[in-house]
Amino acid sequence: MSDEKEKIHLFDRPENVERLLKGFYAICILLALADFVVHRHIGFDWEKIPAFYALYGFVACVLLVLIAKKIRNVVMRKEDFYDE
Amino acid sequence: MSELPPFLLYFIAALLVAVTRGLPRQLILLATPVVTGLYLWLGINPGTDVAYFLMSYELSIMRADKLSLLFGYLFCIAGFFAGIFSLHVTDTKQHVAGVMYAGSALGAVFSGDLITLFIFWELLAISSVFLIWARGTERALKAGMRYLVYQVLSGVLLLAGALVYYHNTGSLEFGHIGLDAGVAGWLIFIAFGIKSAFPFLHSWLTDGYPEATVTGTVLLSAFTTKVAVYSLARGFAGEEILIYIGVTMACFPIFYAVIENDLRRVLAYSLINQVGFMVTGIGIGTALALNGAVAHAFSDVIFKGLLFMSMGAVLYRVGNINGSDLGGLYKSMPKTTLLCVIGALSISAFPLFSGFVSKSMVMTALMQENHGYFWLLMLFASAGVFHHAGIKIPYFAFFHHDSGIRTEEAPRNMLVAMSVAAALCIFIGTQPQYLYALLPWEVEYWPYDLTHVLAQTQLLFFSALAFVWLNKQGLYPPELHSINLDAEWFYRRLLPAAAQRTLNLLRSAKGSTLTTVTAHMQGVKYEFGKSPMARYHLSESWPTGSMVFWISAILAAFLLLEQFGLGR
Repeated sequence: MSDEKEKIHLFDRPENVERLLKGFYAICILLALADFVVHRHIGFDWEKIPAFYALYGFVACVLLVLIAKKIRNVVMRKEDFYDE
Repeated sequence: MSELPPFLLYFIAALLVAVTRGLPRQLILLATPVVTGLYLWLGINPGTDVAYFLMSYELSIMRADKLSLLFGYLFCIAGFFAGIFSLHVTDTKQHVAGVMYAGSALGAVFSGDLITLFIFWELLAISSVFLIWARGTERALKAGMRYLVYQVLSGVLLLAGALVYYHNTGSLEFGHIGLDAGVAGWLIFIAFGIKSAFPFLHSWLTDGYPEATVTGTVLLSAFTTKVAVYSLARGFAGEEILIYIGVTMACFPIFYAVIENDLRRVLAYSLINQVGFMVTGIGIGTALALNGAVAHAFSDVIFKGLLFMSMGAVLYRVGNINGSDLGGLYKSMPKTTLLCVIGALSISAFPLFSGFVSKSMVMTALMQENHGYFWLLMLFASAGVFHHAGIKIPYFAFFHHDSGIRTEEAPRNMLVAMSVAAALCIFIGTQPQYLYALLPWEVEYWPYDLTHVLAQTQLLFFSALAFVWLNKQGLYPPELHSINLDAEWFYRRLLPAAAQRTLNLLRSAKGSTLTTVTAHMQGVKYEFGKSPMARYHLSESWPTGSMVFWISAILAAFLLLEQFGLGR
């Protein structure tokens, strides 16, 4: 790998990224659909919601990032903040 | 043979490491954890207790049971891969500190009483700070000092607690303490809490660890917090307050991890998040939960070590670990990338990786004890771990946009060390029965059933989907050159600023008071000088006349007092 500049890497091609994402979306859809086929054990009532874990994971992460962005407005400082 | 405390092997090795160089030293670094590990495995049975006397107190230098042995094995494994990872380092100070540090961790988990524990507690603090200072930067020097203050404070609280505990109970044995032990219990609890990075007591970790050397951070991530988790499991199992603390620890750092730029600091925040799962398990206090807590400590040391090693390799090669400056490194460091991804999958608790088989025990225990809301919060934290440690770390370092950085693959010793850790992650994840057999409490558990695997996979894939969606929408916060204020702001900014302001206030108060007083004094002096009394003023000059006057005045006063019979 001495001539890095010439070599085209896996994700340099947009179509490879597209393929990866398509495969990923397909798995997500299958996983969500699996909930309607497989009978999960239920520990808490809210687990009865169809695709509960999928929904929860998605909403949790979106909320996490949106709240983190708000927090950033308050806590973010320049890198040399403590050095002054 | 089985009377020899394992830490002694390490302390002897530290001496040898100090006087050797080159190949002999490398052999000692590798042999020490292997020999100690085999000794623990083959030579020590649960139930061993070796006493010694210190000033007529009977103390226990090595108390071995399943709990301490589990951490003993773990620390030898961590010492082994961290040793391989640091073989290229020639800095004697770092090696000696590292071996002392690992030995102190072993000493602490085999301490049978609170005084011996205190001694190793402080040795942990003192040996580990050199791993931060060895970085040699001014920031590292200052961060190390702040780290040391916290660690020593924790030790002082532990000693104070131990003395009060002895006063109250007449025993120094390190068994279950509990908060019912009053002041002693609370002092020891807070001492353990500092080292476990409880919220608001955590900033030594996020402040210090990212400033340590490439190899130092790997060691740091393995020992200090895990000794604390061990101590909490032994001393405070089933204290309900630990559930509240643990859930907070699991949740708040993930917000910081999302916006943090220094990728080793992201890992430091995720370390707190993982310790949160352990602390919660200890708080629940059932056999399953406690097993889950210590099993998760076991998995965590290995996968967190792997992640810190992969980021250390990047820092070593590129000289920078800011997410904002990296990207596209999979092209130059494909092996490191793959190993980092294995660590990421393990910390995210993907089925077949180590995090899954240990974290699920804590989650199941929460469910069994009907802690519904805590369970929901921990599920949020689980999704969040994947988001910041599972995706963000590999994505911003190795993929993302091409930063244009072209470098070499990590050195061979680093690749070997990471491969050892990665292999263990997969081994534990696929063959959990071997780890479960080592767990101290008796309980049946098996993580692989359809419900559990499906639920966890759904959670993780849809967390990833959220990442993809947020990125496509342009909602994902970019990596920026920045720092984020955290609890350290209180003592790095607020306290110094308050002290400075108070000082300035006092200084100006002193100034104005002095001015006022001097002005008045001048006025009084001037008035006095004008008055006829000035002639009898003593201290300006010493005319005999005024002396005679004052002496006669005093004599006259005595005479009068005598006259009226007031003198006796």
